[in-house]
Amino acid sequence: MNRQGRPTTPHAAANSAATGTLTGNRGLQMEEALLFEMGQDGRTGVDLPDAPKVKDRLGGLRRAGKIGLPGLSEPQVIRHFVRLSQKNYSIDAGLYPLGSCTMKHNPRLNEKMARLPGLGDVHPLQPVSTVQGALQVIDTLAGWLKTLTGMPAVAMSPAAGAHGELCGLMAIRAALKARGDVRKRILAPESAHGTNPATAALCGYTVDPIPATADGRVDLEALQAKLGPDVAAIMLTNPNTCGLFERDIKKVADMVHAAGAFFYCDGANFNAIVGKVRPGDLGIDCMHINLHKTFSTPHGGGGPGSGPVVLSDSLKDFVPVPYVVHGKDGLTLVESGDTKSFGRMKSFHGQMGMFIRALAYMMSHGADGLKRVAEDSVLSANYVLASLKDIMSPSFEGPCMHEALFDDRFLKDTGVTTLDFAKAMIDEGYHPMTVYFPLVVHGAMLIEPTESESKDSVDTFVNTLRGLAEKAIAGGENVAMFQAAPQLTPRRRLDETRAARSPVLRWKPGSNGAPIDKAAAE
Amino acid sequence: MTTRYSKDHEWIRLEGDVATVGISDYAQSQLGDVVFVDLPAKGKTVDAGAEVAVVESVKAASEVYAPAGGEVVETNQAIVDDPSLVNRAAQTDGWFVKLKLSNKAELDALMDQAAYDAYLKTL
Repeated sequence: MNRQGRPTTPHAAANSAATGTLTGNRGLQMEEALLFEMGQDGRTGVDLPDAPKVKDRLGGLRRAGKIGLPGLSEPQVIRHFVRLSQKNYSIDAGLYPLGSCTMKHNPRLNEKMARLPGLGDVHPLQPVSTVQGALQVIDTLAGWLKTLTGMPAVAMSPAAGAHGELCGLMAIRAALKARGDVRKRILAPESAHGTNPATAALCGYTVDPIPATADGRVDLEALQAKLGPDVAAIMLTNPNTCGLFERDIKKVADMVHAAGAFFYCDGANFNAIVGKVRPGDLGIDCMHINLHKTFSTPHGGGGPGSGPVVLSDSLKDFVPVPYVVHGKDGLTLVESGDTKSFGRMKSFHGQMGMFIRALAYMMSHGADGLKRVAEDSVLSANYVLASLKDIMSPSFEGPCMHEALFDDRFLKDTGVTTLDFAKAMIDEGYHPMTVYFPLVVHGAMLIEPTESESKDSVDTFVNTLRGLAEKAIAGGENVAMFQAAPQLTPRRRLDETRAARSPVLRWKPGSNGAPIDKAAAE
Repeated sequence: MTTRYSKDHEWIRLEGDVATVGISDYAQSQLGDVVFVDLPAKGKTVDAGAEVAVVESVKAASEVYAPAGGEVVETNQAIVDDPSLVNRAAQTDGWFVKLKLSNKAELDALMDQAAYDAYLKTL
């Protein structure tokens, strides 16, 4: 069981706030109906001539009823989607301090490169002779990733971080199988990303948690006690999800290797060490790299992820197909054949659009610039930690790496919870930080400012958090404000319990707003 | 018929050969509203400390560990149908599984009520 305290139903005060306007709009924040609620029969964006009368060959399959699409004009549709987009919070709208997610700025140069016709308009089924440039992008990016990590091989096709974890564990499983060694257990620290145990379970392993020490790192004694001949691998994040560098990582690698197991590193937090530390030098056997975190490609609803996996000498033979090789007529792809590869993970070659953006980011920064990325991201997080440590409660002694972890001790006996605190940040115009993760601290608040933010921006953010913390600690009528937050959003606090226990997953005619023809919608 | 507790906040109560297992009242209060419970199949054998069920609240999914090893002889369908029962009656009607224990001596390693109450004060 975890030990989190978090209310899950809205406070009574949250339900009372009405807009008081005639339209239901809040200023320029429009109350937006669904397209199906707005649509009317016979309304259309284009005038089409009646279809010519021809004999059809549909027999009894001819459609009898209406198809139930909403009738809308072009400006209605445009306004609908523009208004929806205005309700969205994004990294382009403001600071996005979501810990462990690295919501950094997505440079526009990346977008320009991805739209170059020779890259943006190619098709994966084109003959390789016509896409040499695209293959060179993949190959060059692979070269950068291998250099930055100090690893001899990289699998480019995994489509996201968790997919990369799966790739890594499948390579480990293949390597174990190749030496006739069936192992059953995967070790993962209690502070691991939820995807680590999920990936291990999907690969058929049982997951054994390793406790943390009081200073937030892996407990080496507990690790030694859990290691044995049935342990396939350890999955460790470094820096870990408490924002701390696992300083015993080389010892961990030696212990794991001595037990005949492999060392998987979750590279979600590579942003903090890129250019400074090469995972290959730490004894890591494989690690995924979230291009959409460390290398600035859009994510969080803005674009697909991409999770290439670097592999050590002991795993490189098992790399999934396809991969790019240098042939006698230029670059070509190995898509199958008599390799030890464990197979294919994804159709085609991976997230090409993200490869281009990540490479653009790397090349525009250069090796020295990437080092600065790590330094500035760590500096930003430590600035947040140092600025708030007197009023909020840091979970561990500093300094931290790229993210600052607080727990809810500063809210003790205030009546305000971590969730209330996060919701109040929304009223202040901020996307909340990561809350209630990692589970190893109570009421966690994990803040990752990233290197994108200016000092002014971080100062405003820090001052906002300080002000909120002062309000919460002062108590009195402030408590109701926290419990009712957010009050300035299009919707107030949601009833998460009801949503989970009786989810309404489908809109039906007449269930909300204007009804439409029932037969048409069914 | 004394109730014993694990450090992971499961309780276990032995009656004859069969022990009933659930999560403590403290655990349910910390989890918040329970929205989903996943129970094992009858006949499954679990070791002490191994995962025997999953409980999910709006804020987290957590494993329920078997405080002692044995065979699952009965599961509580009532909490699958109505997960809120775990919140309302964690230590009575909201039990999870009944285990036929393989080694009753394993219970000795667990906390009694007084020890568990003292443990909660340290958290």
